[in-house]
Parts: sequence; structure tokens; C-alpha cells
Amino acid sequence: MHDDRTQPPLIESRNLVKHYSIRGGVLMKEVAAVKAVDGVTLAIQQGETLGLVGESGCGKSTYGRAILRLEEPTSGELWFNGENILAYPKSQLRALRREMQIIFQDPFSSLNPRKTVAQIIGEPLLVHGVRSRREREDRVAELMTLVGLQQDQMRRYPHMFSGGQRQRIGVARALALNPKLVVCDEAVSALDVSIQAQVINLLEELQTEFGLTYLFISHDLSVVEHVSDRVAVMYLGKIVEIAPSQDLYANPLHPYTQALLSAVPIPDPFLKRTGRIILKGDVPSPIDPPSGCRFHPRCLYAQRVCHEREPVLEEHRPRHWAACFFAGEAGR
Amino acid sequence: MTTATVNTHRDPRDRHPLLEQLSQLWRNKTAVLGLVIIIIFISAALSAPWISPHNPIETSLYDQLKPPLWHDKGTWTHILGTDELGRDLLSRIIYGARVSLIVAVISVGLAFTLGTLLGCISGYYKGLLDGIIMRIMDMILAFPYLLLAIVVVAYLGPSLQNAMMAIGITYVPRFARIVRGSVLEECEKDYVIAARAVGANDGRIIFLSILPNCLGPLIVQTTLSMASAVLDAAALSFLGLGAQPPTPEWGAMIARSRSLILRASWVMTFPGVAILLAVIGFNLLGDGLRDALDPRLRD
Repeated sequence: MHDDRTQPPLIESRNLVKHYSIRGGVLMKEVAAVKAVDGVTLAIQQGETLGLVGESGCGKSTYGRAILRLEEPTSGELWFNGENILAYPKSQLRALRREMQIIFQDPFSSLNPRKTVAQIIGEPLLVHGVRSRREREDRVAELMTLVGLQQDQMRRYPHMFSGGQRQRIGVARALALNPKLVVCDEAVSALDVSIQAQVINLLEELQTEFGLTYLFISHDLSVVEHVSDRVAVMYLGKIVEIAPSQDLYANPLHPYTQALLSAVPIPDPFLKRTGRIILKGDVPSPIDPPSGCRFHPRCLYAQRVCHEREPVLEEHRPRHWAACFFAGEAGR
Repeated sequence: MTTATVNTHRDPRDRHPLLEQLSQLWRNKTAVLGLVIIIIFISAALSAPWISPHNPIETSLYDQLKPPLWHDKGTWTHILGTDELGRDLLSRIIYGARVSLIVAVISVGLAFTLGTLLGCISGYYKGLLDGIIMRIMDMILAFPYLLLAIVVVAYLGPSLQNAMMAIGITYVPRFARIVRGSVLEECEKDYVIAARAVGANDGRIIFLSILPNCLGPLIVQTTLSMASAVLDAAALSFLGLGAQPPTPEWGAMIARSRSLILRASWVMTFPGVAILLAVIGFNLLGDGLRDALDPRLRD
């Protein structure tokens, strides 16, 4: 939904929910649930990069893992290439793994320290039936060249590489099976700024070369603005605003987006910022989210209706959706 | 792109990280000492038929309670003297090394296999299964383990095999706990999710991805358990629940010579020294391995 319906999306989640239950008592009954992802409807087009931003703990990583079924969604629908993949049994899921992959944030914990680079990048191939070692290593060498690593380093262990190089290994592993969709879960957040630029450029080159589709999860708004075609803003397990990148950054409609954007540092010491929005309080607990609009306790413009009813995503401008009763009016 | 000429030569630095850590063992003098002691015992056990001067179970009425070499009446025929049936003590101790090492390897091997399997299942699947397995382990741990071993042997009947079984079973919990802890820790890491994302099945993830990362504490535990297995086997045999005569087993040798302690103290001393050395050897090596393999203890 919320977007141009010229072609069917590559992946679409409908009202996707992921709750983590908290069990307690002798009988281990469910006493509460962490509503990490609470009804997210989102579609990603073939070949586009969708940025997903939000504070830590808002559920963006969980969403990224849920659409890969790395975390089993609690309810909702998940359509990939026109098929409901939530209905897939475990056995069929394996074939699906070829189509979608993930790149992790931490280049240290995402690579098995006891395996060589050749084994790490070759594992997807081995799992998916490339039995011959020779064949695997040829493909690994090819992938290493592709991501800018020297292929004679394939017998090395991860600890012998720098953070940026390790992230390239992670990228090579994700690409080994020629996936269609790659979830970049804070893929550059742990890297130095100069290395970030290299890895982002690499991701962009790969996208053009192989027609990849990215879900680019990050808390870094500048990076997301740079890489994304469209950006979705998430707050407490829900999408509050989604729009084409330039439109969102130029005219944020939701007060939360406005506050987020006003917090982006400007790399110019002589430029005085005007109108920084400081939010009161902390993100409420996802175990017991506020009534009505989840943002209302921290919103500068909250009215009575905000804690009584929950706003839905509406298209306020072409392709620009926001979930706020006062979208666009507030803050100007 | 042709990649037929992939450079396959190995840089000396491209060693497996575990080997890298193990090479630190050489800097630890006491660990090397432990290793030397163990190697001596192992070679003695392996070459027992060739290096032992006499048949370990052959009795001789004329050579009863001969004192060791350095004693006034000592002879070169029986360097460590003989026991009350005239059997050569040195030969019995050399053959005893066989028995003790076999017991240690088999019982610890049993505990290692079972414990690792249970620990992996517990740590990986969590939930109810974990609860059940760990409560059973707690029950085993709640008994004093020698007592538990005695119960098992009493039930199965006294023999060396049953002693090995008993020791193995009582050692399962320590392996299961260590493995479970490490697996729980490793499961949090992204490489496990990556393996799942790639489509690897659970068995592959557990045994080929996670387990190699838990080997450090497991190796340490194995070595230290060898020491206690030697000791426990001796204890069970001392109580008459392990090796049966005339098997040359150190614990049994001590038990049979208790009454001779004042008359012929060597008969009891040398098997005791053998147990002591073997246990010290395994413990020193185990401590050294712990220093080398456990990064949390190294700073």
C-alpha cells in the first residue's frame, strides 16, 4: 500500500505483528507482551531502497528480521513475489532463503570467529547444494573481488580483518545466493564515517549491478536520506510517516518526524540551528503503549482526540502518508 | 572472471584461532610440566608389555614383600619391590596406568558426549526442554558424586566397566552446564542468525557453527575431569567396587596393602604416588589450558 501501484511490490507486510510474551508465575502463563512490532503495513518495490528509521527500541530491527522470518511474526500477512510466505512450512522456507538475505550491524559478532572467510562466504552455497569445494571457492573468490577484498585472503579468519573489511565479508555472504531482497540492519552504523561511505557506495554499486532491493534500517537520518528512495519512520512498533526521501526531509508531516529531523547534526560550526524540537520524556514502554496516538505523551501539539483515538496512515500529499490528526498543520 | 588459480597457499598466520590460543600453552611452565607427566603415563600405558620387567599378575612365593632398590635388601630385579604375593610393583604400576587411563578416557568420553549433546539441546532450544534437562542435571549434582557412583555400581554390580559407566554418568552435569552456558551466550551473536538466514538446519548451526566456539571451556573441563576420573576410579576400586583382583589397578593395590602399611610401606606408597602424579599432571595441564583458552581469565 501507501505507494504507487504501478507494479506489485517485491515484498509487502500487511498488519504485521511481533509480540514477545513475558511469562511469569508457576504455570508460566503469559502475563504481558512486548509489542515490538504492532501492525506494520509496508510494501517495498522491486529495485528500490526503503529506509526505515526510528529511535532504538522502536522495533525497526525486529521488523527487518520478522519479514525474513528470522523472528516468527505473531500475526499478519507477508507477501513476497505474490506469495504469502507466512504460510510456508519450515521446509519451504529454505528455498526462500535464497531470495532474501540480511547484513548485520556488528561486523564482529556477525562472523563466526572459528571459520575462515572461505567457509563463511561459502556456507550459503554449501547449504544450498553446491557440494564441490572447488566450485564453492571459485564463487567465493568471485564474491570477494566483487566486494573489494583480495581473494588470497580467503583462508584467513575474521579476527585478522578490520571492521570495514569484515562488513564487506558480511556483504559477500549476503550476496552469495543472488538474493532479490537484502535487509541492511544498521549495516553501516558500527563503522567509521569514512568506512561508512565506502560500504554505502559498495551497496549502491551492487544495487545497480544486480537490481537489488534494500530495506535499509538505521537510526542515522543523514545516511538514510542519502541511500533511500523512500523513508518510513517508526515509533513504538508502528509506522508514523512514510514518503519519498526528499519529500520527507523537506516537509515532514508528523511531529515525531519533525523532532527527529531537527536533531540531525549540521556539519557546519557557523550555521546556527533554528527551531530545534526537544522531546519531553522517554520512549514509553512497548509493553504498555499509550492509548490513542502512541506519540501523544511527548507530542507538542497533542489534543484531546490524540489520546482517545488512534490515527491511521493517510495520504496527505501524493505518496506522502502520515498517521497524525494534525499532519502538516502542526509545527508551522 | 576466471578463478581457477585461486591462491591456496597457507600463510603461517592463517592458523585456526584455537591453535593460536593453544600455542600460548608453551609459555606456561607448569602446564608443560603437566603435559610431560601425562605423556610419560600415556607412553608407559601404551608400551606396558615391552617396558615392564615382569608379568604384573604373576605371583611368586619366594619374592614376597621384597623392598625397593634403595633399601638395604633391595635388588635390581624388583626396582620398586614386590607385594604380599610376590608380584613386581613397578610392572603393576605400569599396567595400572593402562587401566587408569582407559577408565579416564572412556568415562570422560561418555560424560563429554552425553553432556555436550544435552547442553547443546538445552541451550539452543531453551524453554521446556531446557527446564527438564537442567532439573535432571541438578538432581544428579545434588548427590555427592562418589556416593552416586557407588549407588550405580552397587546396582550394576562391581566391575571396571560399571565403574566407568558410573563415573561417566556422574560427570555428565558439569559438561552439560558448561556447554549450555556457552551455547546460550553464542546464540545471542549475529553469526547464528546469519547461519539461520542462510538456511542452515539446526544440526548444522549447533554442531558446526556454535559448538566450535564453545570448545575452549570444554577442553579445560575435559582435562580437569580426567584428573578426577583417575581419582574416582581409584576410590571405587579401593572400596572394592571397581577393578577386581588380580587387575593391577592403583586404588585396588592401595586397598589390599592397607594392612601392610607398617611392615612394608612401599607396597602402598608407590600406587599412591602414581595416582598423585597422574592427577597433578592432568590438573596442571587443565589449569594451563584454562589460562590459554579462556579469554576472561587472561589479562
